[in-house]
Amino acid sequence: MANIMTALEGSSPVILRAEHLGRTVNGKILVQDANFELHKGEVLAIVGPSGSGKTSLLRLLNRLDEPTSGTVFVEGTDYRGIEPRDLRRRLGMVTQRPFLFPGTVADNLRFGPVQRGEVLPEDSIADLLAQVGLKGYAERNVANLSGGEAQRVSVARTLANSPLVLLLDEPTSALDEAAKLEVESSIQKVVCEKSLTCVVVTHDLAQATRLASRALVLEAGRIVRAGLVNEVLHA
Amino acid sequence: MLRLFFHSQLQLGLAQAAVAALAALIVVLLARRRQIHLEGEILIAMARGLVQIIAVGSILVILLRAPRWTSGFLLAAMIVAAGATSARRAKGMPDAFRVSAWAIAFGAGSVIALMTFLGVIDTAITSLVPVGSMMIANAMNTNGLAMNRFRSDVLAHVGEIETALALGAEARNSVSPYVQASFEASLIPAIDSLRSLGIVWIPGLMAGMLLSGARPVYAAIYQFVVLAMIFASSGLTSLISTMLIRGKVFSPAEQLLLQPGRS
Repeated sequence: MANIMTALEGSSPVILRAEHLGRTVNGKILVQDANFELHKGEVLAIVGPSGSGKTSLLRLLNRLDEPTSGTVFVEGTDYRGIEPRDLRRRLGMVTQRPFLFPGTVADNLRFGPVQRGEVLPEDSIADLLAQVGLKGYAERNVANLSGGEAQRVSVARTLANSPLVLLLDEPTSALDEAAKLEVESSIQKVVCEKSLTCVVVTHDLAQATRLASRALVLEAGRIVRAGLVNEVLHA
Repeated sequence: MLRLFFHSQLQLGLAQAAVAALAALIVVLLARRRQIHLEGEILIAMARGLVQIIAVGSILVILLRAPRWTSGFLLAAMIVAAGATSARRAKGMPDAFRVSAWAIAFGAGSVIALMTFLGVIDTAITSLVPVGSMMIANAMNTNGLAMNRFRSDVLAHVGEIETALALGAEARNSVSPYVQASFEASLIPAIDSLRSLGIVWIPGLMAGMLLSGARPVYAAIYQFVVLAMIFASSGLTSLISTMLIRGKVFSPAEQLLLQPGRS
């Protein structure tokens, strides 16, 4: 993995670059001076204890919260100059809880494209569902899905927007062990098949090792270690 | 029974007010026993209401002899006060006072102006101010309900709203279901008032007209007219306030500003 990473860093373009990124709310530091790069096809894990600022950092990348210092460059463009809706489509985020909209699985997958006036073809819906191991689920009502199935629909829904980078916020933390493995294997399959660039927030170091090639360790909002996942997490 | 003990109209009025306030206090005490603490808010609201209405009653004696154009000033002052009262129901909402005041001014104000122009409301200060105040007061209540419901719904659905934003939804569209629910919920009292008119209640205005010798059928029709105007002004106010407020809960970068713990 380390060799692949070195090769990636050497040859792949930088998709995302955080520069002195920070957010302080009412005097409380959530994220401080975060600097890192993400290369095309790379999977980066953000790990750290509860309250260390992992989710806050991910929200800053998606610009769901406004940085109070620094910025993020997406393919070389300062993201403050990108229209927020377009930015969020390009940096697709999967939240800890799936928050599916009432209706069918297919309705949920169509949601993103509909926002920009596009229609998601039926075969694309079938493909996306097959990628997350939910073949034939298109017309199921989301109210009848298990936690693991709902989270996989959430992943497929984000992928329906064809994101440049996939941001995953503890996608398995609200699931039981069996569902966790299902979701994790779906993510692994999708990321490998599509060579997706991905940032995954997790407090599970084993999961970070399985999914990511590189890792950042956050403590009290600051990046305290960064590098190849095996070197950083198993040093 | 009170008439046996109080012979002057003023004494009787104060005694009736005391008894009615006592009934309200009993409700407050019953709520307190169930750990619902309304005493401070209710006591202040009752004391304020009593002082304000007596003050207005006294001022009206003078104003009833004032020129017609003073009605405009009185109604404008009522709109500002209604905006301030209503905004308190939307604690933590950005620009709540401005949104409430504009919504009531356009919602109630335009219906009052149109109805006065068409001759549905008489331009005499004795007619325009009381009828206009009823419309403003109801618009205030509707606006307060709409803002309060919208705030609660947004706070309860932050995850859904931010998921929609993260999927590329326009900020205003991400709260559309809650705008619609707030609008509908805010109009329930006005719709129920119209629906139950004459069956469940005979409104004060009609009772007053009957007591002052108006023909019952005309009093009844005019009461319907007033309630329909109240519905129109309340509905328009709620429509405007929910349209305005939904843009206020987002930053220019379409980030949800209203978050649990931040309001």
